[in-house]
Amino acid sequence: MSAQNCFHCGLAIDENEEIHFDEKLFCCAGCKTVYEIFSSHDLTSYYDFQKSPGATPQDIKGKYDFLENEAILSKILEFQEGDTAIVSLNIPHIHCSSCIWILENLNRIQPGISISQVNFPEKKVRITYNSNIVSLKTIVYTLSSIGYEPYISLENYETGKSNIDRSLTYKLGVAFFCFGNIMLLSFPEYFEIKEFWLDNYKPFFRGLIFILALPSFLYSASGYYVSAYKSIKSGMLNIDIPIALGLIVMFIRSTYDIFMNYGSGFFDSLASLVFFMLLGKMFQIKTYSFLSFERDFKSYFPIAVTRINSDLSEESLPIYDVEKGNRLLIRNQELIPVDGILISESAEIDYSFVTGEAVPITKKSGDKIFAGGKQIGKIIEMEVLHSVSQSYLTQLWSNDIFQKNVDQKHKTITDAISRYFTPILLLIAFGGFGYWIFIDANTAFNVFTAVLIVACPCALALTAPFTFGNILRILGKQKLYLKNALVIEQLAKVNTIVFDKTGTITTNKKSNIAYEGKAISDEDFIFIKNTLRASNHPLSRMLYDFLPEEKKIKIDDFQEITGKGILASIGNKKIKIGSAKFVESAVTDALEIKRTSLHIEIDSLYYGKFVFENQYREGLEKLFATLNTDYQIKVLSGDNDGEKDHLEALLPKNIELIFNQKPEQKLDFIKKLQEKGQNVMMVGDGLNDAGALAQSNVGISISENVNVFSPACDVILDASQFSRLSYFLKLSRKAIFIIKMSFALSLLYNVIGLAFAVTGNLLPLVAAIIMPLSTITIVSFVTFMSNYFSNRKLNS
Amino acid sequence: MSVIYLLITVSIFVAIGFFIAFVIAVKSGQYDDDYTPSVRMLFDDETKFTSQNNESKTEEKQV
Repeated sequence: MSAQNCFHCGLAIDENEEIHFDEKLFCCAGCKTVYEIFSSHDLTSYYDFQKSPGATPQDIKGKYDFLENEAILSKILEFQEGDTAIVSLNIPHIHCSSCIWILENLNRIQPGISISQVNFPEKKVRITYNSNIVSLKTIVYTLSSIGYEPYISLENYETGKSNIDRSLTYKLGVAFFCFGNIMLLSFPEYFEIKEFWLDNYKPFFRGLIFILALPSFLYSASGYYVSAYKSIKSGMLNIDIPIALGLIVMFIRSTYDIFMNYGSGFFDSLASLVFFMLLGKMFQIKTYSFLSFERDFKSYFPIAVTRINSDLSEESLPIYDVEKGNRLLIRNQELIPVDGILISESAEIDYSFVTGEAVPITKKSGDKIFAGGKQIGKIIEMEVLHSVSQSYLTQLWSNDIFQKNVDQKHKTITDAISRYFTPILLLIAFGGFGYWIFIDANTAFNVFTAVLIVACPCALALTAPFTFGNILRILGKQKLYLKNALVIEQLAKVNTIVFDKTGTITTNKKSNIAYEGKAISDEDFIFIKNTLRASNHPLSRMLYDFLPEEKKIKIDDFQEITGKGILASIGNKKIKIGSAKFVESAVTDALEIKRTSLHIEIDSLYYGKFVFENQYREGLEKLFATLNTDYQIKVLSGDNDGEKDHLEALLPKNIELIFNQKPEQKLDFIKKLQEKGQNVMMVGDGLNDAGALAQSNVGISISENVNVFSPACDVILDASQFSRLSYFLKLSRKAIFIIKMSFALSLLYNVIGLAFAVTGNLLPLVAAIIMPLSTITIVSFVTFMSNYFSNRKLNS
Repeated sequence: MSVIYLLITVSIFVAIGFFIAFVIAVKSGQYDDDYTPSVRMLFDDETKFTSQNNESKTEEKQV
C-alpha cells in the first residue's frame, strides 16, 4: 500500500493535511467521515472489492431543499402508494463493484430503505423506501454524505416511469423458437427416402411445420411488412420491400404446396431467414446505456431554484414556474437557470458547460448574467429577466433542427443499392414467368415464386448490420461512442470538418499559465504562493495549483477585494495580486485586455503577470496536418480573436478561423456549408455548440469524462482519443469499402440461386442450403475484414 | 408407430415451456441489465462481520 494516497478516495495526500484515523491515512476530513460511517455500520468490506473506491463528499447544504416540495417530489418518484415509494436516482460516481456493494447495502446505513438495487451500466440505483420513516431528501443527504451524490436535473422532472422497448427481444425469441423446431421437423423431408412410415406421417409433420411457421411469419417478421409499406407509400424503395415480398411469396407458395400435397414448402428457409435477419438487427444495436445522445439543456438544468419572496422568506420553486421579476438565490456550484441581472455585489461564473472555457468570468452587481453559467464561491442573488424557455441559451432549442425526425435525414447505402435491386428482381421474375408461361403454366408459377424466394436479399440485408455492428464495437473499445450504426456511413461521407475552439481543440482540464515580466526572487515566490493559498478566487486556485510546492509561511495581513484582487503583507512587505485595474502600475495595451491574467506588485513595484492561456490538446498539430489533406477544416469560436495569431502559427495555413460566433451563428454557418453541398462534421463540446451539432451531418461531442455531460450529438469521443480522429474517419471509410465488397459477394449468391430458380430447379432442400450458407459466409467475411482493417490501422 | 405423435407433441410442449420461461425472464427485466447481477452474486460471502454484531448476518440475508 502506498502511504501517500488517501485510503478512501485514492488521491495523493498533502503532507500537511493528512489525517490519521484507525491506522489509515486520509486526505481530508470528508473522506475520514465517510470511513467512519462505513466502519460504524460494519461496512468496511467496501474497501476490499476495489482499492480506494470512494469519492470525497461535497458540501450540499440547502441544495436539495426542493425535495420537500410535494409537487416536485411526485414528479421525481417512480412509484408512490401508501407509505411505499420507489425512486430511481442517477449516480455518476458508480464505477466499480464496491459501489454496487455499498449502494445495495444502503438499508444498513439509512433505516427506512427496504431495497436498493443498482443498475451498473446505467449508473442508476433504484431505492424502495418507507416514506413515513425517511424522506427522499434524507436519502439524498445520506447518499451525498458517503460520496454518492445523485444527479437530479430537469430531465428527471418528466420521466417517472420509463418504458423499455423489448419487442425485438421477443421477436427474436419467437423466431428462434420457430426456426429450431421447424428445422428438427424438416429433417425427415431432407432425406426423402421412400419409406412407408415417412409417407404415413408426412401430413402430421407438415401440418406442425405450418403451425410453427405462423408466429414467425406473422409476428417476428411484422417489422419488415410495416417498413416496406411505409417505403412504398413514401416512394422510396428500401431493402425491406424485396424482403417482405420474398417472405410473403414464400409463405403463400409453401402453404399452397403443403395443402395441395406438392411438396414440403420453404417454411424452414422462411424461419431461418427471419431469425438471421432479426439477429443482424440485434447485433447492430449496441447501446451504451451510461451515455445519452439526446441530451438538451434539460439534463444540465436544475429541477428547482430557491426564490426569495417579498417578505424575504425562501421557497423552492419548480424551474418552469420562474417568472420575470422573481428574485432567485444561487448557491455555490449551482447553475443559473435563467437570464437575469446580478443583485449581489459580485459573482464568479463558470461557463464551461456552455462554452468550454475553463476560466470563470467575474460579474459585478447590475451585470447581465446568462443561463447556463455555474456560480462558484458564495451565495448570490439575481433578478430574473426571462423565463426558462426564453433565455438566451434555451432559445436555441426552439430552432427547427431540434424538432426534426433524425431518422429521415439520411439514406443508407443498403437503400441506395435496393433502388436498383428491386426493379431488376421484379424484371427477372416476370421475365422467367413470361418465358415459361408458353411452355408450362405450372412451371411458370413455380419459377416466378422461386425467383422471389431465392432472391430475397437476406445476405444483402445482413451485410450492413454486421459490418456496422462490428465496427461500432471496435470503436467503442477505443472510446469513440456512436449513437447508432448509421453514423458510420455519415462519417465516411464527411468532407468538411468544423471544430469548435474552446474546450474542443483546447482542453479545459488545465490551463497553461505563463509568467511574463521581471524575475521573481525565491523569497518573493514563496510569498506569492502563500498569499494565493488564502484566496478562494478560482483564478487564484488555478495559479496556486500550477505553481510548484513551497514551504508554508504565515501571512500577517490578508484582504480580498471582490472582483479586483488580493492585498496581503508579511512583516513590512506588501503584495498586490489581481486584475490590471487593481494593480495600477500594470502596463497593458489593448490586446492585453482580451487575455486573462493576474498581475503581481510587491512593495509598490510592478513585477509582471501570470497569463492564463488555452492549453491545446496533444497531437493537435499533427491531426490537423493529416486531416488537411483530405478534408476542408474550419475553426469556429465563440471567443474573441485574442488567440488568433497563436492559432494561425500552430495550424496549417489554409484553415479558416472564425471568431465571435453566437450559438445560432454556429448553426447557420453549418447550414450554409450544407447548402453548398458539403457533408459537414461538427466537433464541439459545450451547450453553445448544441445547435451546430444537431444541424451537422455528424456531430461529435468531445468529453473529458464520458460519464458526465455532453450535448445532444451523434458521437461522443473521449477527449484522450482526440488525436486519433483521423484514424476513426479512415476506419469508417473502410467500413463502406467492406460493405461494397460483401455486396458483390452476396449478389454472387443471388445469381447462383437465380440460376436454379429460373430453370425451375429450386427444390426446398437447395433453398435451405443456399440461404444459411450465404448468410454465414457473409457474416464471417465482414467480421474478419473489419477486424483486419482496424488492427492494421492500429499498428501503422 | 403412433408413439411418434406422442413424442413430438411432448417435445413441442417442452419447447413451449422453455419459450414461456424466456418470455417471463425478458418481461421481468432480466435482460435489461446483464452486468450488475454478475457482480452481485459474488458479494454475500465476502461480508466481514465484527464479533459483536451478529444480527447483521440475518439482515444481509434479507437483502
